[in-house]
Amino acid sequence: MAAWLERNVPKLVLAPSFVAVLVFVYGFIAWTAWVSMTRSRLLPKYEIEGFIQYDRLFAAPRWDTAINNLFVFGALFIAVSMLLGLLLAILLDQKIRAEGALRTIYLYPMALSMIVTGTAWKWIMNPGLGIEATVRGWGFEGFSFDWVIDPDMAIYAIVIAGVWQASGFVMALFLAGLRSVDEEIVKAARVDGIPTWRIYSAIIIPSMMPIFLSAFIVLAHLAIKSFDLVIALTGGGPGYATDLPATYMYAMAFSRGDLGQAASSAMVMMAVVFAIVVPYLYSELRAKRD
Amino acid sequence: MEPILEIRNLGKNFGAVEILKDINVSAEPGGFLVLVGPSGCGKSTLLNCIAGLEPISGGTIHIGGRDVTHVSPKDRNIAMVFQSYALYPTMSVAGNITFGMKVRGVDKAVRARKLQEVARQLQIEQLLDRRPSQLSGGQRQRVAMGRALVRDPQLFLFDEPLSNLDAKLRVEMRLEIKKLHSDLGATMVYVTHDQIEAMTLATRIVVLKDGVVQQVGSPAEIYNRPTNLFVADFMGSPAMNLIPARASRHGNGTRIEIERAGGPPIVLIDGRIDGLPGDVVVGLRPEDIAEAGFRAGDGVQEAECLIDMVEPAGADTFVVSLIGGKQVTARLHAETEARPGSTLALAFDLGKVSYFAPDTGERLN
Amino acid sequence: MTDPARGLPAAPRAGQAALRWLLFAILGLFALFYLMPLFVMIATSLKSLEEIRAGSLVALPARVTFEAWGTAWSSACTGIQCEGLRPYFWNSVSLSVPAVAISTLLGAVNGYVIAQWRFRGANLIFSLMLFGCFIPFQVVLLPMARTLGFMGLTGSISGLVFVHVIYGIGFTTLFFRNYYVTIPVELVKAAKVDGAGFFRIFWSVFMPLSLPILMVTVIWQFTQIWNDFLFGVSFSQAGTQPVTVALNNIVNSTTGVKEYNVDMAAAIIAALPTLFVYAVAGKYFIRGLTAGSVKG
Repeated sequence: MAAWLERNVPKLVLAPSFVAVLVFVYGFIAWTAWVSMTRSRLLPKYEIEGFIQYDRLFAAPRWDTAINNLFVFGALFIAVSMLLGLLLAILLDQKIRAEGALRTIYLYPMALSMIVTGTAWKWIMNPGLGIEATVRGWGFEGFSFDWVIDPDMAIYAIVIAGVWQASGFVMALFLAGLRSVDEEIVKAARVDGIPTWRIYSAIIIPSMMPIFLSAFIVLAHLAIKSFDLVIALTGGGPGYATDLPATYMYAMAFSRGDLGQAASSAMVMMAVVFAIVVPYLYSELRAKRD
Repeated sequence: MEPILEIRNLGKNFGAVEILKDINVSAEPGGFLVLVGPSGCGKSTLLNCIAGLEPISGGTIHIGGRDVTHVSPKDRNIAMVFQSYALYPTMSVAGNITFGMKVRGVDKAVRARKLQEVARQLQIEQLLDRRPSQLSGGQRQRVAMGRALVRDPQLFLFDEPLSNLDAKLRVEMRLEIKKLHSDLGATMVYVTHDQIEAMTLATRIVVLKDGVVQQVGSPAEIYNRPTNLFVADFMGSPAMNLIPARASRHGNGTRIEIERAGGPPIVLIDGRIDGLPGDVVVGLRPEDIAEAGFRAGDGVQEAECLIDMVEPAGADTFVVSLIGGKQVTARLHAETEARPGSTLALAFDLGKVSYFAPDTGERLN
Repeated sequence: MTDPARGLPAAPRAGQAALRWLLFAILGLFALFYLMPLFVMIATSLKSLEEIRAGSLVALPARVTFEAWGTAWSSACTGIQCEGLRPYFWNSVSLSVPAVAISTLLGAVNGYVIAQWRFRGANLIFSLMLFGCFIPFQVVLLPMARTLGFMGLTGSISGLVFVHVIYGIGFTTLFFRNYYVTIPVELVKAAKVDGAGFFRIFWSVFMPLSLPILMVTVIWQFTQIWNDFLFGVSFSQAGTQPVTVALNNIVNSTTGVKEYNVDMAAAIIAALPTLFVYAVAGKYFIRGLTAGSVKG
């Protein structure tokens, strides 16, 4: 018995976490998947009815808006954060004296809650008293900046806040990547007389492809899950104008009492995340094993 | 005398792969058993099995007459020195050496006394307060040995302990281990891929390949009478010359004929053996081929050879000649007049010759 | 990161110098962009409401008042209750401390097992845990709400601790596993021969080695849990809400006059703990961020 215990202690120690993950991640996904196939409303029902919830979901104009917003927000958020992050990383890589301080400034938003970020930007973009009023106060009477209350523009307001929060993080990733490029290759290129911009565009940046991929994955993941930012900044409004799948799901689950819709929208979100993350993780784990 | 270590019919599988096959090895009290072989031969796995760090799939292991096959490492009465030293990085040297005693609940005063003894023996008294990261490679090596010595076990296990040291230090530590072995009279099992280490340290060598024991014997036996082509090739530096030849009956002995390009075959007569098959591989150590006139005796025969290469090595000069399709190395005295491209009469001393079957690789004499 | 080894060689030409100034100007402008919201928040929180209505967003307060901070801390309304942020701040403290401690400890032990006591299937378990890090939590909200009810933890701090521990294990395990996997397995072997068992080796050999990764993990978990909103808003009830939820309620409460200075003070209060951690241990925070995204 003692010998058996000694041999199996590692497995016994890992077991609770394993079981927890199995039940609370995979079991719960299965539960949600199941419920998404039923007619559940306020209370879950367990008779499988097929894809009716998904049919309802894709017929709902509100979901349509949410998905459109996700693509607009996701594409802009990822693209702008990456570009800004890369630009800042390259600029910071030029032997800047105040690099440490600048890095700290660029990255601090990442330590904030998205609720705080949303609150701050909501105030800054407040049409009556925020940036708009300030610029008008400077004498530009015609200046207008009311994106947060404009149904067509509100989603871009969220992009601004999101980029403000996440671009410093992308900068940190890229800077680490730039610094990990083999110094000798760069020296060799310099000896060959290749101009600095060519060294970046032809040697350094291509060798950072894995980091681009990581940054993309993380940003995409953030975009799909982003919920707090929208809630704090626009509450999904005006109307449903800035709904994202995450806010749609939450509304169905906790204020509309429509479990079937909540479950099916959650499953669609997971499908999107997994479509992006699974190939990435799979290749990561494989690469490590080889 | 009852052996300290006795391994019977040991087998080890990883899934469907057989790592070790039917190993039978023993070590006498006070013996120095060296497990040697190329990387991947299973020698380190075998040592881990002896230590109890890896489970075995079949067979038994006895240490000190006790069956320890299913006993955990801590109860096998062993100590082990690892290739990377495996010093606990956050503990001082003293902490590293006494950790085992602490775990076992040895009295504090006893711990301090034993620590001092071992530190004096290994001359690391001034290092006891340092961290492993503050030590040189050689010093770490000593601490690792100290951790083993302080246990005073029935059996010491060494897993390639010198392979992380530079060449000069390696020779020094090799001598020190040898001295330690004779001072302590302890039984040791030592894994290495370095056949010189094996030859210099061992009282008994086990040559392993692909998880199978090729030969067990004293260093002299292994060196002079390798049991197959693999052992012949692996043990000794420069390696034994293994020359394909034709054998035929010659009176009571055997006539060995070795082809070579651009010249008549070399013919050697070995009067002490008969009954060889038609095709053989002749195994001759480089030191058994000398410059003609420098070697005399029963089995010495001479032949003119074209010298391809000359490698002065200080005390000796090695010359290479293409014989039987092989680059055959001969160990000549340092002052030899041999020049590449010239011919030289070489003396082949068949006193210690080995014959192998070319197909099975087994020894024939 | 402190050794900027590459970059433009400093050339004496005037063009290069101008380029250098341009570089600093751009970097400085971006610094302003990142700092502006923080500045606006602080400045607004120190102004009176009259000044806010009259003045400019980016102006320094003409008369500094801490009134809004007092209100935000102890009397702002989060709906019908008007106790300020204080009780919710302590809710966040009392849920993040145990949640961080438990999930970090579990991650350490799990990482130790997976990296150093490899057994058949350990890698599969690790992969399963890793995939679990990436699910959108929306997919577990509904069953978790029911499970908490089943366990009698609905709307309780313990329930939130439980949720954060469960969904934190994946990351904490990942951190420790990736750290311990760089430590040679011979260390465990040596300790085994020395007579130490599983827990003794963990405690005496691995724990003393783990300070850096412990810092990374604790900071990561603390930031995640403190800043969480989704679990907080889904699984708490009036009285047990974490500070992020309370902040959102204060900002969006429709009762009475909109007090922007109180909103900003409340936002800063909610952000202070993580900002403080970032200020004192930013190095570990960044390492956690990059480790969480670039695996291995």
